[in-house]
Amino acid sequence: MLRLPKTRVAKPTTVAQAVALLVEHGEVAMPIAGGTDLLPNMKHGLFEPEVLVALGGIKELQRFELQTDGTLILGAGVSLDRIAADERVQRTAPALAQAAGLVAGPQLRRMGTLGGNVMLDTRCQWYNQTHFWRQALGYCLKKDGTVCHVVAGGKKCVAAASNDTAPTLMTLQATLVFEGRSGRREVAIDDLWHTDGIHNKKLGTDEILVEVRVPPRATGHRGAYGKLRERGSIDYPMLGVAARLDVGRDGAVEGADLVLVALQARPVRVRRAAELLIGVPSSGDNFAEAVAAVAEAAYAQAHPMPNIPGDHEWRREMVPVYVARTLHAAATGTGPVHHV
Amino acid sequence: MASLLLNVNGDQLEVTAPDHWTLLEVLRYRLGLTGSKQGCDKGDCGACTVQIDGEPQLACLALATLCEGRAITTIEGLMPAHLRAGGKGPDPLQDAFDRCGALQCGFCQPGMLLSAKALLERSPDPSRDEIRHALAGNLCRCTGYTQIFQAVELAAAEAQGRAPTPPAWHPDGNPWMPACSKAPAKGESR
Repeated sequence: MLRLPKTRVAKPTTVAQAVALLVEHGEVAMPIAGGTDLLPNMKHGLFEPEVLVALGGIKELQRFELQTDGTLILGAGVSLDRIAADERVQRTAPALAQAAGLVAGPQLRRMGTLGGNVMLDTRCQWYNQTHFWRQALGYCLKKDGTVCHVVAGGKKCVAAASNDTAPTLMTLQATLVFEGRSGRREVAIDDLWHTDGIHNKKLGTDEILVEVRVPPRATGHRGAYGKLRERGSIDYPMLGVAARLDVGRDGAVEGADLVLVALQARPVRVRRAAELLIGVPSSGDNFAEAVAAVAEAAYAQAHPMPNIPGDHEWRREMVPVYVARTLHAAATGTGPVHHV
Repeated sequence: MASLLLNVNGDQLEVTAPDHWTLLEVLRYRLGLTGSKQGCDKGDCGACTVQIDGEPQLACLALATLCEGRAITTIEGLMPAHLRAGGKGPDPLQDAFDRCGALQCGFCQPGMLLSAKALLERSPDPSRDEIRHALAGNLCRCTGYTQIFQAVELAAAEAQGRAPTPPAWHPDGNPWMPACSKAPAKGESR
């Protein structure tokens, strides 16, 4: 039995009220949406907020619109299940729908939100454990200790970004809208991240993610998401691959993007690898050759560490495999790439 | 300590519980509804699955105070709802689990049933793949899942008024015992 630490729950009905509560209580308050990540972490003694500001009753966070210009507006409180099942998202931003549909298991996708997945805490096999377990180990850099168990002598936390939707939103060049004490601000999702596993987001404690805006996609937009995990039914990613291809009228690739997750503290873009696809026909032998070259380049850039479950050398060997499969899935409009 | 008004299995119940209690803790330790199981207690196993507003969700990761005003269905609510709707005996899905031997230790079964029940409500005649996906968040250590899938298929087939497809391995056609709500024929054992 895992008990939650004592806390009080506040139930604001507007974003402004929620921000006011976070400002009022400062460091001892935390926002809670679906709770599927925060509550296990609290049960493990990783967070002990005195006040939880529950965002579930805020209607503004449920916005879900595909605007006429193609902009997709997704409230932070929309469940992952709704995003995965939505025909508009499947059609216009397939990688995002696929990634949302591969987060955890069905019950967790109904409870968990897009905002919660974007704002997910980093994960490490030495950190996501009960207090008893961590105490027996002597704690770690990320919480209560001074030693890193991943990198001998390491002084910087390397817990892994493990959010499936984040790399797809990076390939889609999404903007995040935050509200805090100084009003609203928009942040390109690429600019959200630190490379510090303890706090991998540039964010004030008074700020709430309100919505995610995905700008209009190119006419020939194609996307896919690939996920490597231990069990096909539930786990966090051991590797996530988000791919975007913009295919021109002549069938050649005009734009490409590739972002990997679950390697280090932030999602990693492998830009130079993706650029190898520019100008290449999006099918046939030339495409297959270019994809193989991209996969090799991604392998050279990816260096998984023993921070999350799964042998890290095997995870590295899987990088070119999943990159190639995900690019082929994007080109052919299939996906997700996933084992069951 | 706060007073909560919860709608559990169609009953409006007033309970007191601190804010940090989960719905599972309130169900089990305040209301005595121990059908929802406390397994991993952190969202991995699905043994605590209940329906919240008709959707299977995890009671171990739902704060009870945030469940006010929502309709909660636990395993204890399935048979009474079936009887209220004019049925006899247990819910036909429970009956199908029984007849298929879709359990050994039974720990995962309440959660399995609530996930499967919600599936049949949104998709009355699901494919094997749909069943697999709908039950992906409910782990079973005993059965290997096959008989669970067959039980869902049996309940779906009977609700549609057609004979279920017998498993390929069975030489004599339908291997299942008759439904609980039907009186056993003379000489027929249950």
